[in-house]
Amino acid sequence: MFDTALTANDLILLARGAGMTLVVTAISVFFGTILGIVFGVLRYQVGPWWAAPMTFVLDIFRSIPLLIQLVLANAFVTTVLGWRVSGFSVACGVLSLYTAAYCSEIVRGGIEAVPQTLRRAARSLGMTWGQDMRHIALPLATRVALPSWIGLALGVMKDSALVYIVQVVELLKSTQILITRLQEPLFLLMICGLFYFVISFPIARLGGYLEKRWSHD
Amino acid sequence: MIEIENVRKSFGPLEVLKGINLTVAKGEVLTVIGGSASGKSTLLTCINGLEPIDSGRILVDGVEVHAKSTDLNRLRQKIGIVFQQWNAFPHLTVLENVMLAQLKVQKRSRAEAEAEAVRQLNHVGLAEKLSVYPSRLSGGQQQRMAIARALAMSPDYMLFDEVTSALDPQLVGEVLDTLRMLASEGMTMICVTHEMKFAREVSDRVAFFHKGVMAEIAPPEQLFGAPRDPELQTFLAATH
Repeated sequence: MFDTALTANDLILLARGAGMTLVVTAISVFFGTILGIVFGVLRYQVGPWWAAPMTFVLDIFRSIPLLIQLVLANAFVTTVLGWRVSGFSVACGVLSLYTAAYCSEIVRGGIEAVPQTLRRAARSLGMTWGQDMRHIALPLATRVALPSWIGLALGVMKDSALVYIVQVVELLKSTQILITRLQEPLFLLMICGLFYFVISFPIARLGGYLEKRWSHD
Repeated sequence: MIEIENVRKSFGPLEVLKGINLTVAKGEVLTVIGGSASGKSTLLTCINGLEPIDSGRILVDGVEVHAKSTDLNRLRQKIGIVFQQWNAFPHLTVLENVMLAQLKVQKRSRAEAEAEAVRQLNHVGLAEKLSVYPSRLSGGQQQRMAIARALAMSPDYMLFDEVTSALDPQLVGEVLDTLRMLASEGMTMICVTHEMKFAREVSDRVAFFHKGVMAEIAPPEQLFGAPRDPELQTFLAATH
């Protein structure tokens, strides 16, 4: 097992792939979360009936396999619209919307969990809707939503492996390249898994850290 | 002055306020008593515009609360309200709870807001708890904090909506003492309460609500001593 043809250069290739996975994930989770908050607040605010069209569109992103979304989006943007866009941009765009669709659900649930009486108390002190959202509702919703959001971020990181389909060489694709060349699938997949663990673990720990910091009991 | 003129309000088919007329003068302490679902709590939330009304009008210092042109967020700074549920903001310390609206709504400086918060918390006996989170406070302490939070906005009127009803019996006293102190300082107050002894002691006038109607209003000695309304007589007999 330790008799391997893997070289330092190959490890650098894997590290680059891991870096790409991390960058795609970070961008998608960042923009997806911002969009998710906007959509989530909107959906909460306008009520289920008015939110129905938005919910429908977001449900499309949640229910069609990511692989299909990536291929279709890539074809649409490059062929139909004729834009000269890199696979990287398409990957980030699709993953951001995919993240936003899930995140809006998490945000809506979080806001719903904030007791109405607290928001009333905030408004009774003369706070505006926006001040209530910014200082009371969203901070409290964040505490409720955090575990689900961490789960989402970790999920997006693993789902980002699918962006190879639009020619983005991330961690899993790099591993496959090496497997084809070295013919050591099990060993290489082990290394690949280790890389995934190393970049996921801090995110998972971040959740525990914040939860601890936010609990005042 | 708070002027309530022929106010009606329904929740669906249930009419909870059936034409209320009431004037509360500056410096007056009015307590409102009555059975559950008598409309007394609803009246308070209508006064600061948290609830819309169906007809009639409410004027606070001449400003019509439910007029479209009224800036409610501004008006509410004048009218403090404390609820049955104490509603501490759980992610903020006691001091931050009392500072937040001062900073964001009144745009006071941090130093100013902190000084005022400390003063008010001191006033309600929570000087030792400034940096504590609300989860570490008892119900009575949280309720006193809510009172300090409302007072920090320097309101002209204070509305108290059954502020002791959700408290353990042994904690009721400390909150009532705070209200007594405010009353003695000349704060204009409307207190919805079930504490008859308290109502008798602090009120200038006591109003009895029954099924959405203000059935009787009188100074406490008269209302408790010689009640005229038959429903009030039944109510008082049941609560003694």
